[in-house]
Amino acid sequence: MPGVADLAVRCAGVALRNPFLLASGIWGESGESLAGAWRAGAGGVITKSIGESARAGYPNPTVEAYDRWGMLNAMGLPNPGMDEYPREIAVARAAGATVIGSVFAGEADGFARLARRMAATGVSAIELNLSCPHAEGFGSEVGSDPTEVERIVRTVVGEVAVPVVAKITPNTADPAALAAAAERGGAAAVSAINTVRALAIDVRLRRPVLAHGLGGLSGPAIKPVGLACVWQIFRRVKIPVIGVGGIATARDALEYVMAGARAVEVGTAVAFDGIGVFGRLAAELSTLLDELGYRRLDDAVGAAHAGAGTPAEPI
Amino acid sequence: MRTAVRLTECVRETPSTVTLRFPYPASIDPGQFVMVWLPGDDELPMSVSYTDGPSKGVTIKAMGVTSRHVQSLVPGAWVGIRGPYGNRFDLSPRRILVVGGGSGAAVLAPAAEAAIRGGSTVTVALGATTAPELLFRDRFRSMGARVEVATDDGSEGTRGFVTAVADRLARAERFDALWTCGPEVMMQKVAAVGAEIHAPVFCAVERHMKCALGMCDACSLGPFHVCVDGPVFEAGRIVPLPEFARGHRDASGTMRAY
Repeated sequence: MPGVADLAVRCAGVALRNPFLLASGIWGESGESLAGAWRAGAGGVITKSIGESARAGYPNPTVEAYDRWGMLNAMGLPNPGMDEYPREIAVARAAGATVIGSVFAGEADGFARLARRMAATGVSAIELNLSCPHAEGFGSEVGSDPTEVERIVRTVVGEVAVPVVAKITPNTADPAALAAAAERGGAAAVSAINTVRALAIDVRLRRPVLAHGLGGLSGPAIKPVGLACVWQIFRRVKIPVIGVGGIATARDALEYVMAGARAVEVGTAVAFDGIGVFGRLAAELSTLLDELGYRRLDDAVGAAHAGAGTPAEPI
Repeated sequence: MRTAVRLTECVRETPSTVTLRFPYPASIDPGQFVMVWLPGDDELPMSVSYTDGPSKGVTIKAMGVTSRHVQSLVPGAWVGIRGPYGNRFDLSPRRILVVGGGSGAAVLAPAAEAAIRGGSTVTVALGATTAPELLFRDRFRSMGARVEVATDDGSEGTRGFVTAVADRLARAERFDALWTCGPEVMMQKVAAVGAEIHAPVFCAVERHMKCALGMCDACSLGPFHVCVDGPVFEAGRIVPLPEFARGHRDASGTMRAY
């Protein structure tokens, strides 16, 4: 039974019917898939990270799936390119979806060019992929230096009217410093985390499983890592935080919200539970909020910080 | 997780297709596929052509670089297997018309075997470019199916498209279901044959595949993901899609015309 608590949130200036966003990279290659995620109940959908031109990504194996606790991938940023992709966004928007466009580039001007074209498709916001852990010259390679993050964000914000979200890497000593840099650059929000750099080896074949070697770990295994990042970022910046990493249940999502997230992204759970996970998460979250006495999800944002360090009675 | 296995047999089925046999104890249903990793090369979805017992098999046609590499594998070579993935053929129809084109017979043969074992009668319309390329013709016959053949060059059976044979068979006899796998243009015609005789048609389709877990979107076909919603679809769900038989997405997700 879905509860009555209000799940609608406003994050980075975007009104979301619920906090559960389809994470970038999942189901986002085709407009019909984005529309399908929206129909399944996602609060919004984030596109694949789109680059200047079509990119095939790495050869297979591109994923290694474990028993529900996690998944390793190195897709290599496959995408149809910014010339082709607007038609996919049009399909998703025609279905009524709230679409956030993700882009990746190697430097600030590239980000700005893509963001301008992405904004022209009518997306509600733009997410900058500053955090893919396994693509040479992109993602965390440009997103691990606060100075560079600030410069990229500032350049993009100067080019587009829509809100800009910076997706932060956890593969660095101080992710919150990256979030602070994004805030200085004018980001409307930050999302954290992207996958955690990881490796799998086949002992019989004596080689890494993924064709690319290194990949990124997602799924329940990284939830505590994501929570810690969101927690630290919330204490460091004033802009909203979007929590990502290992969310498979409403309780996972609420942990992120209490750590400081205003919205969350869901990715790997789609592989384990199917796209129906969105409808289920929203129904379960409102019930959970009812149980805990919250009338609105908003009221729970950052709630755990108040209790940090003080012994409290469990609810 | 993948399981590394050593190939036990590499059987040349036709000039362009080869079957790889390997020990893999997982239970696999006809229609399902596995991801086969050739270390140092690529990992591809392959129809399971031998589903029974501990020794499984996949049959693949030489098309891309990797599937050509498959053709040169020898027993003892290590490969990585994960799966099975996807859905299966419904084996309950009593009279089944199987329509296979080219390497499409790979997935149809184990399904026909299982159906016959379950008491169904199976008639096969089998097509290829030329007689030596008729995949599993003898296997279909020895399992007790009636087999009618069509070749493009007329070197065996009817000269022309296998769909013409299927159409003739469908008008002459009663069938409760049609199963088909092959080029999408062919399956489109088989769907029309099924509609004509009011019998459901089940198509096994192929798309570029990466994760095989319903996540990466590489194999999207309209609103479906072939890896988890398929590979077997009732024709009415996919044949009307604008992209069916016309285009497919490449590794970048760009729609390409067939």
